[in-house]
Amino acid sequence: MINRLRVLRAERAWSQQDLAERLEVSRQSVNAIETGRYDPSLPLAFKIADLFGLTIEEIFTNPAKEPKQ
Amino acid sequence: MAMNRAQKRYSVSVMLLMASYVLTLMGVVLYHDNHPLHGPLGYVVGLMPAFPVIGVFFVLGRYLVEERDEYLRMQVTRQALIATGFAMSIATAWGFLENFDLVPHVYAYYAAILWFAGLGLGACINKVAAMRGGGE
Repeated sequence: MINRLRVLRAERAWSQQDLAERLEVSRQSVNAIETGRYDPSLPLAFKIADLFGLTIEEIFTNPAKEPKQ
Repeated sequence: MAMNRAQKRYSVSVMLLMASYVLTLMGVVLYHDNHPLHGPLGYVVGLMPAFPVIGVFFVLGRYLVEERDEYLRMQVTRQALIATGFAMSIATAWGFLENFDLVPHVYAYYAAILWFAGLGLGACINKVAAMRGGGE
């Protein structure tokens, strides 16, 4: 799923490890979500949204609305 | 890479089980050399090397319950499913070939060995999937 996680993280100068510690997940999880290889569960998506003070939709792009390649 | 609590518990448990497997197997083989197994005690002694291996299946299941990182849990689940498919496919195919006298008889515990080999295969597939998607 396309998302803005990398941009949001970069804006705060956080490394993947920093973000992983804040979310209480592994660095691999952050990497997998950032690169779109893994779609987080709803609870984790809410946790991410809460951390950045945004809504889930402001971070993750609705797959149905993703531009077709 | 630092391991989380569930990973540490799993690793320590597997190491202890493997150590107990080696010791138990050696003990049973030595015992069997001098006292052929028979009767109820024979079944108990003969089963002893199987218990640590069965224990590994249990601790993998316990790990999946205890792992709080959903991505890691998904990866290990995929790894176990690959291992199961790999072992069951070969065991099934071999069973039919053996049934038609095309291959020699193989002890059933080789299914467990295949399953452990399948875990290695699953780990490789997880690694390739991670690299193809942007690396870790």
